Order: sequence, then structure tokens, then C-alpha cells
Amino acid sequence: MPLVPPITDIEELKSHPALARLLEWNASVVQAVKFDRDELTIWIAKDVIREVCAILRDSADCPFNYLCDLTCVDWYPSEPRFEVVYHLLSIPHKERVRLKARLDGSSAAIESVTSVWPSANFYEREVFDLFGVRFTGHPNLERIMMPDDWEGHPLRKDYPVEGYR
Amino acid sequence: MTQFPATVAESGRETPSGDRTLVLNMGPQHPSTHGVLRLVLEIDGETIVRLKPEIGFLHTGIEKTCEAKFYQQVVPLTDRIDYLCPLTNNLAYCLAVEKLLGLEIPPKAQWMRVLMNELTRINSHLVWLGTHAMDLGAMTVFLYCFREREDVLRFFEMVSGQRMMTSYFRIGGLALEPPLGFFEKVKKFADRFPGNVDEYEGLLTGNPIFMMRTKGIARLSAEDAIALGAGGPTLRGSGVDIDLRRDAPYTGYENFKFKVPVRTEGDVFARYLCRVEELRESIGMVQQALAGMPEGPIKADSPKVVLPDREKMKTQMEALIYHFKIITEGFTVPAGEVYQAIESPRGEMGYYIVSDGTAKPYRVHMRGPSYANLQTLAKMCEGGLIADVVAAIGSIDVILGDIDR
Repeated sequence: MPLVPPITDIEELKSHPALARLLEWNASVVQAVKFDRDELTIWIAKDVIREVCAILRDSADCPFNYLCDLTCVDWYPSEPRFEVVYHLLSIPHKERVRLKARLDGSSAAIESVTSVWPSANFYEREVFDLFGVRFTGHPNLERIMMPDDWEGHPLRKDYPVEGYR
Repeated sequence: MTQFPATVAESGRETPSGDRTLVLNMGPQHPSTHGVLRLVLEIDGETIVRLKPEIGFLHTGIEKTCEAKFYQQVVPLTDRIDYLCPLTNNLAYCLAVEKLLGLEIPPKAQWMRVLMNELTRINSHLVWLGTHAMDLGAMTVFLYCFREREDVLRFFEMVSGQRMMTSYFRIGGLALEPPLGFFEKVKKFADRFPGNVDEYEGLLTGNPIFMMRTKGIARLSAEDAIALGAGGPTLRGSGVDIDLRRDAPYTGYENFKFKVPVRTEGDVFARYLCRVEELRESIGMVQQALAGMPEGPIKADSPKVVLPDREKMKTQMEALIYHFKIITEGFTVPAGEVYQAIESPRGEMGYYIVSDGTAKPYRVHMRGPSYANLQTLAKMCEGGLIADVVAAIGSIDVILGDIDR
């Protein structure tokens, strides 16, 4: 399976159920799309992430009812620095989609999706712990892997692999 | 990972009956928590009012370490995540990188991957069954299960030289050709194993004590299971029909026939039945893999990515150059990102890898199935009894290495 160039044109990808639902709801929330290696990525405006997740979860045609994974990528030193990544799965239709929201390094905060999927609880705590991204509206945003008194966020790119010594 | 509460009396609350609740720490040093899991239980008498899992005691920063390694050097790290199914982790990682590279894997390597992956599932389920039954007071099952597990570990040792940290799957194929006599030995085991499963079931399935400890205990509805992100037998035990081997086949699973056991009760017993049934399905798949094992190479034809054979490396100049290049500089992977999910014994094991076009991954994230399953524990246990927490932990089959990473 040789690699094919990614598709980034919204028009060509409109048939994917997740993108179709979002365009039907409010086309302005979709910032960019990419279809690469059989996976669809949609960049979402960061202030509507909770609504977008709720819309996709409750979509009638293809409900993306399962949050597989929630993580973050640090693009230090470029800005916007953080990308929060959501992997959704539709259990009835076996479709997958990846949502991304870009955050600035200076104000790394995004709305929590724990009200949409309770399973986001641990994932968001992990991202907060290891990247320092804040999730507003999270019921219990505290460190999960590192001790409470730990300084810094280990998975940030400006954090040395050996730690601070 | 939070500090322990200052005093027990400080953390209790008034109950409606006028008593005070008690906060009790279960773990991190408790045999039934299967590792270093700490549960903070708030109890009213014998009843659980609140349950809060505390994790992070085993956090080793594998995701950070991956970013400092070449792609091929990450494979041994993946063994250490979920230490009961190392090959499943190897497979998920290798498939993800192969997807990034657009690499074609020869059929024999694919079938060997299925064979070893199903043996890993059997290994993992046997440890689960033995320890789960022992938690509930059935000591003998543990000894039976570990007898068969020893056989499976010997197969791992035969192919890779290691019993647990195998690193047998490599990017582009397998590390080594399976040794002479390997398939005959696996065949003998596969013929015998269904009888062994009958033995375990004879000890447990109809056992009134076991049924009393498991039936109707720690119930989880399908809606809750989905909302809380449960996976694998925990999800299937609640009546959700999903199995990535069937729904999104990878590494040649589309060539295999198997049933996906689903139970609707959503209790500990349903999850037990799902897993035991999976043991039978797995051994069926091992039989199919043995019967249809194709001939041919075990590594992809991609000299810039796959290490050359030892013999070629010693006799051919070109192979030596490639060997030197891969070991010292790694290989570059085209920029992009993939999320590769596979069905591990515990649920969806996903690897999210971001490449920036260099020889080291920019970001590796492991979606561990135990991490998601652990979140269901509070829902299962609240309102139940302390003794049932032990049954519930066993039934979601958590591996702390997979949770803390």
C-alpha cells in the first residue's frame, strides 16, 4: 500500500458522516480537514469543541458515541503551540474521526468534554498533568500520573528527557 | 496521584443515619489490586459510598522516552507497557509505523503475527482467570492456569529467546524465523488446550460459590460502558457487540473465522463467560493459522527500513551499509500521523504516532485499554460491598503497567 498524497479539500471529503454532520450544523466551526493514510482529521475552532463533540455523539445518521482517546501534541516553539487531539469511534457504524483543536502556549485552556463523555475525565487529567493544558469545567482537574508537588509538565517539548537536575 | 488523606476521621462524612463514613485505603500494596493500584474507599459499614482510583505509582514516562529513540528502538519499550500481552503492544506499534511508512508485510509474517497474537491473548486470559479465581477463593484454578501459561511462555521463548519481554514483531515483519519443531509443538498444545478450558470451566462455571460471588455483582449497563469508555470483554459483557479484529481487520484477521462472544447481563459472571469463550475462539484461530501458514519471507522487502539477514550482513557490502545506516541513524518516516487500534485482550489498544519526517517519533501516545476500563470501577462498585470490589477489579482485568505507562 504505497502512500498517496493527503486530501485537504473539504468538497472532496464531504461524504464522510462526521464532516457532513458538522457542515450541516455550522460550517464555520471547521477550520481545516485532512484525509491522510485512510484517516480523517478535522480541525475545529477551540471554543466550540464541547458542542461539536455533543453534535457528533448525538448525530442521527452516524453517532460517534465512543471517545477512544484524548491526547495532546506540543509543537514548541511554533504557535499555536498545543494541539488537543480527540479520537472518536462510532460503535454502530465502525467509523472513526479525529478532531483537533489548536491552543496558544500562553493561554492553554479548552472546554472539557467530560459532560459529553464521562470517560474524558482521566484523559483530560493526564493531558493537564503532562502538558499543562487546562480544561475548563472539568470536575476534578488534578495531577494523575505525577505527584501533586511536581514542578513542570514532562511531555512538553521544552522539558528535558532526563528531567530537571 | 494525590497524597494520602491526613487522618481517617477528618475525611469521613455524616451519613443519613447519623453515623460517620470511614475512608479506607485499599492498595497500593494489596494482593487483589493486581499491581500498584490504590483505591480510596469511602465506606458506610460494609457498603461503598464512594470509590476513587489513584494511579501513577508505576509511571515511567515511556511516552517521553519514545521521543528520544529511533523508531526501531521503541519496540522493546512497548513490551513493558502491558506486560501480560507484550506481543499485542509490539503489534500495535509496528502496524502504526508500517502505516506511516506505507509498508507491505509478507503473508507469512502476517500469519505468524496472528498466531503469536492469539497465543498472547491466551497467556493474558490465563493469568487473568487464575488470579481472578484466586481472589474469589478458588486456589486450584490458579495452578491449572499457570500450568498452561508455562507452555505458552515456552513458545515465546522458542521464537524470541524471551519469556515475557519478547519484542518479536519488528517494523516490517518479524525478528526471526520460527525455529524447527515450533509449529508441531504449538499444534500439540492447540489440540490439548480445549480440554484444559473444559477443566477450568468444570471448576468454576457451575460452581455455586463462584456464581454467588459473581452473578449480579458489579453490574454495568451498555450505556454506561460506552460513556465510560470501557473496552474488550468489559464492553462485550455489557452487550455491546464490538471486536476490532472483525470490525476493522488488521494484519490478515479477515482470513480467519471466529465468533465474538457477547453477553448482555453486564455483571462479573458475564465478563468471565466472555473471556472463557474467547479462550476457545483464540485456540481455534491458532489452529487455523497453523493449518494455513503460508511459505515465504518473514520481512518486508524494504532494505532501508528492515535490517538485512545476519548472513547477508556479513558477506555483502550493500547489506552491511544498510545495517550500519539503520543502526546508527535510524530510518526516516514521512511526516504525518496515524492512530492504529487493535483488539488487545483487555480492549482497544491504540497507538497514536506523529511523525515530523525525522528518524525519531515526534509524539507517541498509547491508548491503554486498562486506563479506560479503570474508570468504570467506581460505577460498578458504588452501592456494593467491600468484598465485591475484589471481584470487580478482577473482572475488568487491569494491568497497572498499561495504566501508568
